[in-house]
Amino acid sequence: MLKMTRRHMMALASAALVSGAVMGTAQAQETIKVGVLHSLSGTMAISETTLKDVMLMLIEEQNKKGGLLGKKLEAVVVDPASNWPLFAEKARELISQNKVSAVFGCWTSVSRKSVLPVFKELNSILFYPVQYEGEESERNVFYTGAAPNQQAIPAVDYLAKEEKVERWVLAGTDYVYPRTTNKILEAYLKSKGVKSEDIMINYTPFGHSDWQTIVADIKKFGSAGKKTAVVSTINGDANVPFYKELANQGVKATDIPVVAFSVGEEELAGIDTKPLVGHLAAWNYFQSVDTPDNKAFIEKWKAFTKNDKRVTNDPMEAHVIGFNMWVKAVEKAGSTDPDKVIDAIVGVEVPNLTGGVSKMLPNHHITKPVLIGEIKEDGQFETVSQTDALVPGDAWSKYLDGSKDLIADWKDLKCGNYNTVTKKCGA
Amino acid sequence: MTRLRSILQALVLLIGTMSAAMAGPYEDALPKLAADSYADTEAAIGLVAGSGHARAMNVVEALRDGRLMVAAGQVYIRDAAGQFVDVATGQAVEPPAGAKPVRVNNRVRRAVEAALGSMTLLSPEPGIRMDAARAVFRSRDAAALPTLERAIAEENDVGVREALESARAAILLNKPDASSSEKLAAIEILHARGDQDALALLSSLSPGTPAEVSDTAAKAADGIRSRLALWSGLQNVWYGISLGSVLLLAAIGLSITFGTMGVINMAHGEMVMIGAYTTFLVQEMIRTHAPGLFGASLFIALPLAFLVAGLIGILIERTVIRFLYGRPLETLLATWGISLILQQGVRTIFGPTNREVGTPAWMSGALELGGLSLTYNRIAIVVFAFAVFAALLLVLRYTSLGLYVRAVTQNRRMAGSMGIRTSRIDALAFGLGSGVAGIAGVALSQIDNVSPNLGQGYIIDSFMVVVFGGVGNLWGTLVGAMTLGIANKLLEPYAGAVLGKIVLLVAIILFIQRRPRGLFALKGRAVEA
Repeated sequence: MLKMTRRHMMALASAALVSGAVMGTAQAQETIKVGVLHSLSGTMAISETTLKDVMLMLIEEQNKKGGLLGKKLEAVVVDPASNWPLFAEKARELISQNKVSAVFGCWTSVSRKSVLPVFKELNSILFYPVQYEGEESERNVFYTGAAPNQQAIPAVDYLAKEEKVERWVLAGTDYVYPRTTNKILEAYLKSKGVKSEDIMINYTPFGHSDWQTIVADIKKFGSAGKKTAVVSTINGDANVPFYKELANQGVKATDIPVVAFSVGEEELAGIDTKPLVGHLAAWNYFQSVDTPDNKAFIEKWKAFTKNDKRVTNDPMEAHVIGFNMWVKAVEKAGSTDPDKVIDAIVGVEVPNLTGGVSKMLPNHHITKPVLIGEIKEDGQFETVSQTDALVPGDAWSKYLDGSKDLIADWKDLKCGNYNTVTKKCGA
Repeated sequence: MTRLRSILQALVLLIGTMSAAMAGPYEDALPKLAADSYADTEAAIGLVAGSGHARAMNVVEALRDGRLMVAAGQVYIRDAAGQFVDVATGQAVEPPAGAKPVRVNNRVRRAVEAALGSMTLLSPEPGIRMDAARAVFRSRDAAALPTLERAIAEENDVGVREALESARAAILLNKPDASSSEKLAAIEILHARGDQDALALLSSLSPGTPAEVSDTAAKAADGIRSRLALWSGLQNVWYGISLGSVLLLAAIGLSITFGTMGVINMAHGEMVMIGAYTTFLVQEMIRTHAPGLFGASLFIALPLAFLVAGLIGILIERTVIRFLYGRPLETLLATWGISLILQQGVRTIFGPTNREVGTPAWMSGALELGGLSLTYNRIAIVVFAFAVFAALLLVLRYTSLGLYVRAVTQNRRMAGSMGIRTSRIDALAFGLGSGVAGIAGVALSQIDNVSPNLGQGYIIDSFMVVVFGGVGNLWGTLVGAMTLGIANKLLEPYAGAVLGKIVLLVAIILFIQRRPRGLFALKGRAVEA
């Protein structure tokens, strides 16, 4: 019965899509198709639905400007339903059936890992817009979110310098992104002379809702007489109960600040932010950034969603940058052929929304500014620190033993994991 | 002649004070505030607080509340009505163009707290003096010491005096030029205080401390540590009870639909979610139409959540489940399908993002009881869970509906022969179970996300509680929930949250192997039915 229901729903959805696609081809022969691979149902819908909307807006806008290479763009939206194997199936459907020229999608690292083989096999392009753990560089993937050196490490530096933090709680959800990020951070902190007993690492399951013990532990850890901070890689739904418990147990930002890597404007929209004022987040973009580009973007977004209260966030900006880079690369190559675009896109520069110009690097990561913000009462961030220059993203961390000798260069070396010591690719 | 001299003297004095006022710390601070950089603002707060100026307090308070405005190098205070007052002159002025609030970060916030603390130590209100003492305790600002001494001498309230004394102890312990005897007295006071803050102070003495002081401090710290270890055992039990009451709330409705009716209801979690969304809607209505009622919003939401979830439950029973009685596998799959439909329905209507459900003021904060810290929202949920449990027990035992439900579950055909309309009772019982789940949603909206996924997080735990406690027995559900909650929380500090959960699951599997019918197995005919 259940399988029937789901199959029915899927069948309906794909029927709708196929008919849409067929109609599209019937009306205008020459369109360039862009795949949007974000979960619209299931646990990740909370974050990914917004990104689908952004893509639709960007494509609509590009069409108003006259499309691309004289053709209209056409979005093909599929719903992988927060189901990791389904991501791979839907990616295959987008590339081989719908013949899309590029795909914008995925949120969790596990969904990205699930679609990687498909993109390699069918030789297509994926733009991945979310901050992630690094330690990866693929020919067919462009990482427009932050690598650890563009988010985690500057955040820790800020706390150590400005808040004089000496004791660290690394709290995360138990999966690949927090585990890898915390491994990098632990190695980094130790290289800065922090002792093992001053680092506490804690993992919780997805959707953890009872934070009483852990918040009490954090308080206890913080009472050793040294300034303590929490570096949070807690993901998704678990954040709200975590912050609520912090507020209830009276952990204030002035005593034990929490810096989060997965909490943005969208997540804060569901919380009463008054008790959280002063807690921090590290991103490459905040809605509150005061630049003309950002102002225009926010206005367009509110108009597109017809909702004055909709907020913007960092992964949305990553899609804006990624989409504009792809458009430029296609124009430069004069074709949407993946091989030509992959060659053309390295070195492409587009303005980001925070006043700088981001560049696609040979390792398929981009340059980004790093912003540290404190939560304000209205759920927005006050930027308290911003890097002077844009920081280039590192595919491989300098602080991990296995990866410090590796570099990625798809331009000259044509390799995602070149070992500079053994001078070999794939070591 | 003398008159003229005295006038002259007065004039000189006046000019003297005026020029002093012109160059005082308060005036020095203003351009720093106008510069609007964090470091300058922090320095300015120190100057303003130490200036003794009549408006110093207003300036710091305005900064704390984000009402200190800067426009064209001038600093203004904006009051609640939107009127601007020039900080330099104290005159009301027209709102200047392009005024922006002075930016605040954690460093500035800490400085503001410390400054307000030292300025309000002598306030006539005991509550404010208490807050001031706590602020000074945190800031350990040696400059506040003279005022602190005066405040202690004048203090009548025992609680406030204690707070003031521990603030003084905190300052003295960190003051390099305090004598050893002063420091030893300070350690005594902190030892008596005996909490984590005291422990933090005692274990972070500056390097140059004399040996006798640091030895005594280490001893006192050890004493506090062992005392806190005792309390933390109790604290864990409390956490367990509070987790247990959340499990109880989530599972108690299921213990009716699954426990007594035998319907494997996978959509149970979605009833909880619907209750939470009802709370959200009620709060939205109150926010727009009657903000004064916000404190009572949860009480208004309770009956509504019960009704909404109960009616949806009855609808599901009438349209789907009644055709599937006695076919557990089909029921399981059908209700899971319903749960997906409900989730996606809510997602379509309310959007995929979390909705904000506010916490009424009376549920915020924590109660300190000895070494225990009990947060008010958890206390409320524990009390509420037991109240719901008691009410449900009474309904099943003393009302005619309860009697019919028990009769139908014990022997459906016999009950039917006696003239009970069994299908109607089925619908009502399912509605009751769903309604109770809706009520649980009101409570859970206070501690969890109000999102379409809310119910999913509780469904597995709920089944675990009901199966572990013994199907068909409310008391079993209570004992099961509490046992699981407390065992989980006692395991967590040692095993971590992830491993703790795994250990518990394995333990339950083994237990079910030994006693397939759970803790409190039903005996008699119902078992064979």
